Amino acid sequence: MNSRTVTLTIDGRSLTAPAGATIWEAARSAGIDIPTLCHDPKLEPVAVCRVCVVDVENARTLPAACIRKVEEGMAVRTDTDRVRRARRTLVELLEAGQPPGDDRRKAADQDELARLGVQLRSDPSRYVAACSNPPMPPDLSSPVIAVDLNACILCDRCIRACDDVQVNDVIGRTGKGSETRIAFDNGLPLGESSCVSCGECVATCPTGALTDKRLVDSAANGPDAVPNGSGTRRVDSICPYCGVGCGISYHVRNGRIEGVTGRDDTHTEGRLCVKGRYGYDYTHHPQRLTKPLVRREDAYPKRPLSADFEDYRDFRRSLRSPEWNDRIREVFREAEWDEALDLAARRLLEIKNTLGPGALAGFGSAKVTNEEAYLFQKLIRVVFGTNNVDHCTRLCHASSVAALTEAIGSGAVSNAFQEVLETDVIFVIGSNTEDNHPVAASYMKQAVDRGAKMIVLDPRRPTIADHATRYVRFKPGTDIALLNGLMHVILREGLQDRDFIARRTERFETLEPFLARYTPEMASRITGVPPSVIEDVALEFGRVERAMIFWGMGISQHVNGTDNARALISLCLMTGNIGRRGTGLHPLRGQNNVQGASDVGLIPRYYPGYQSADDPEVRARFEEAWGTALDPDSGLTVVEIMHGALDGSIAGMLMMGENPFLSDPNMNKVRKALQQLSFLVVQDVFLTETAEFADVILPASTAAEKRGTYVNTNRMVQIGRQAIEPPGEARLDGDILIDLANRMIRMEQGESGPRWAYDGPESVWEEIVGLTPIFEGITYAAMERDTVVWPMEEPVLFTGSFPLGRGRFTPVSFAPPDELPDHAYPFVLNTGRVLEHWHTGTMTRRARALDAISPEPFVEMTPGDLARLGVEDGCPVAVSSRRGAITLKAMASSRVADGNVFIPLHFKEAAANILTNDALDPDGKIPEFKFCAVAVKPVPSSD
Amino acid sequence: MATPLEFTEAARERAAKILDRYPAEYRKSAVVPLLHLAQEEWGHVSPEAMACVARLIGCSPVKVAEIATFYPMFNREPVGEHVLAVCHTLPCALTGCGSVFDHLSEKLGIGLGETTADGRFTLRKSECLAACDRGPVLLVNRRLHTHVSPEKVDEILTELEKG
Ligand code: SF4
Ligand code: SF4
Ligand code: FES
Ligand code: FES
Repeated sequence: MNSRTVTLTIDGRSLTAPAGATIWEAARSAGIDIPTLCHDPKLEPVAVCRVCVVDVENARTLPAACIRKVEEGMAVRTDTDRVRRARRTLVELLEAGQPPGDDRRKAADQDELARLGVQLRSDPSRYVAACSNPPMPPDLSSPVIAVDLNACILCDRCIRACDDVQVNDVIGRTGKGSETRIAFDNGLPLGESSCVSCGECVATCPTGALTDKRLVDSAANGPDAVPNGSGTRRVDSICPYCGVGCGISYHVRNGRIEGVTGRDDTHTEGRLCVKGRYGYDYTHHPQRLTKPLVRREDAYPKRPLSADFEDYRDFRRSLRSPEWNDRIREVFREAEWDEALDLAARRLLEIKNTLGPGALAGFGSAKVTNEEAYLFQKLIRVVFGTNNVDHCTRLCHASSVAALTEAIGSGAVSNAFQEVLETDVIFVIGSNTEDNHPVAASYMKQAVDRGAKMIVLDPRRPTIADHATRYVRFKPGTDIALLNGLMHVILREGLQDRDFIARRTERFETLEPFLARYTPEMASRITGVPPSVIEDVALEFGRVERAMIFWGMGISQHVNGTDNARALISLCLMTGNIGRRGTGLHPLRGQNNVQGASDVGLIPRYYPGYQSADDPEVRARFEEAWGTALDPDSGLTVVEIMHGALDGSIAGMLMMGENPFLSDPNMNKVRKALQQLSFLVVQDVFLTETAEFADVILPASTAAEKRGTYVNTNRMVQIGRQAIEPPGEARLDGDILIDLANRMIRMEQGESGPRWAYDGPESVWEEIVGLTPIFEGITYAAMERDTVVWPMEEPVLFTGSFPLGRGRFTPVSFAPPDELPDHAYPFVLNTGRVLEHWHTGTMTRRARALDAISPEPFVEMTPGDLARLGVEDGCPVAVSSRRGAITLKAMASSRVADGNVFIPLHFKEAAANILTNDALDPDGKIPEFKFCAVAVKPVPSSD
Repeated sequence: MATPLEFTEAARERAAKILDRYPAEYRKSAVVPLLHLAQEEWGHVSPEAMACVARLIGCSPVKVAEIATFYPMFNREPVGEHVLAVCHTLPCALTGCGSVFDHLSEKLGIGLGETTADGRFTLRKSECLAACDRGPVLLVNRRLHTHVSPEKVDEILTELEKG
């Protein structure tokens, strides 16, 4: 590309613009507004509407400014009579075809065509008679999007949004002439098509053709229900769901969130997925906790409240049912904050005094802000007096982080996922990216459209494989053999980066001889992948200049999860694919703030900023800063704490926003563990399955109700802003923690003890930054101004060296999973997520749209296996393991291989974690969620 | 989930031959010949047939639908044994395609897009068939008839009844 500029005049003003810019872009940067309709700066121009025409001196016709490039000496006029007439006529013609009396979008202030009409004082009446197309019925089959083809002006924006931006390829233009229509898939109703409800098309549609279905519903419910421009406040924030951390705006009216849109000015350029765009209403769900609750005297011994709510239909009804509230009242009574907090403080201290601080533990959450996560771990370490503090990172990337820390000295993602647009090969292993990191996946798919190769390796074919240049299915649990086989071929072919290995790594000599036996043939015997495919993948990966490696839970959630990650790291180091743009190691982080929660010390062995709690010097520094002696013992991790609860060594717990009852492996064991605890405080926004075992429940706040910072998977620190007030007496999580800390300190040390006093999240952040070198220089002011990654100004890590100096190779051998299928349990169970739901479903199952799209649990099996069992697609089956059994609907799918089944983990009425194995990876302490042996049996259908 | 429509064994072999003519990275270019094959196989190109072709060439179904609905020679609904399409673009309109269409409609007792009860004839209109200098133009199955008049229509119909 050249950086030349050209000089031209627009409306008599002389200006310069970069060569290659369009007239529209040049005008815009000079503050001259040219109306557009089919153009959206995020999309490639197609110039089909001609509304943007301008007068160019000596040009024969009026060119379209959105596509015509500037030229040296060009003289452009945007306001001549000819231009105005042409524009008005075009707009009138388009308006004449609009459905009459349809003011939905006008009310919502989103109808660009209507706006343009007003602006140009159009009068479509003279053309109306000529538009005699019979009206088409609306398509209301999608739970979130209303389609009214009568309003469609065929601007192609939705097609480009769906194809080129989100790369879902659902919408097209079918037919021709006056019969031309946009269509979904092979002409299906939208709700039956492959649409994933990302809403990108709705966001760009300039008419009422594609609208938020809620608007249509509420139009039917009277005008008051329609959100409109007036009285609606926009609050810029961050999506509360996954680690992609998309920028969102809440639209708030009368204290309620009326909608969510993407923010164009953020790193995700306005893109969202169905959760981010349509999953916001959980925050207004009637089951929100609004008053502290205390277990009634007669409600001991504890048992799960929802035990006989197991049928899913009842479960879904329980989400709305008043009966459910009656049940809660039988077990818990409402209390004042003072009473609840004093009770919590007193009982926790009793345990501390009788059994020692090690009998207490806390599970924090990766959903809360950095400030809240920091306060939580500080409360546990300083006031509880123990390092037994952990959160769900343990269940996702603990093994990846262990391997990364050992190999290069840092668990952080090295490069932003957007750099896929600059790479040659995208290597995706053990990641269902389209469902779990949808917006990151959109960049990957875009990169493939622009010529990058994408190799997807996974035992269960993830949907992103449909966009890959190559998909490799291998036997579950054989990742190491596969990766070793790839490395073997890379060495055999001499494709390793000798210079990088010599300059930046050590212990390569241990790896080379070790890999000798992993010939493609040997790897093939273990993995089931043909040797030639192993060779081809190795060549494709090894020959390119730049490759990026992405992985998810498919790598980490195994008893050898750390070894899996070690092998990936070796593959990366050996080919020198790190330290440059378009390369790197990217363990895709799951929760919106799992990176941040770990960064601020919500993990047992590290204080904020990964400063080792085992290092006496570091400990001394934190003792000084926090003004108290700290626990010298390394703390326990999530599953270890649960084991402790079971054997009685852990007696009291505080849980903030975690639901181990559903999220941890081997649920029956977790149930016993929770029952066994002598005192459990749960701080949450809903009465989770875990809270059913609580002694005290503290009503907390959702992301939309608070201000604070979050760190996404790219290490980007972003501000989430408060859009609404917490309901009832619910309080901000940070305030609850501070209050509890102060009460406990007062009870222990009397009035003379120190007091925690903070002036909002900013002051907590300042304290964090003071103790955490990785955040140096990052302030709220800096985040308000621009996107910030930690370390400041370093989007690409490890350009010159690693925190350990040299990167370290660790050879790893293949070892089979913990529990192999056998005669009694012949199937392999894999667990994971679906696009619409989030973890234990506490939020998403209470979001109307998400529940409507994905209402019930299922087990995915191949049509062949179903036929062998004699079960019809959609019929119930019983799935059992050595640890328990569930009943759910069978779903035929070729995503899994024969002999394998997949169950999403979100559904309590058929909880996958009743079945899973709690065997742990020795280094990461992560359970083997991705592999256990199960049996599947038909059950007679009840109806 | 209904089982997706699949080609018969014989048609699959022909599809493979067609695909062989294209380099692997241009598989998608086989879309038109494969749609013709689908039409031969099932008489018309249903949405399920479009999805079947999409699977064969590895693209999204809407990409096939775009093409299948653009070309009028792909029947989107089941059709009669003979498909009669009267060109109704301007040059043919000026030379009298209207009366040709009306005549056909009356003789066959069916309207636009309809098929006779015995399943013999389907009546259609078509966009320009690229013989504007010889209008009115009538396409009968794959054969083009030019300078068509109501009388000539009768001849053509008699011919078809016989054959
Ligand atoms: S919602 Fe998303 S996937 Fe669905 S049609 Fe629109 S852009 Fe495509
Ligand atoms: S991709 Fe993740 S962060 Fe973005 S909208 Fe979806 S859930 Fe939210
Ligand atoms: S906006 Fe330029 S042609 Fe439509
Ligand atoms: S107009 Fe009929 S053939 Fe061209």
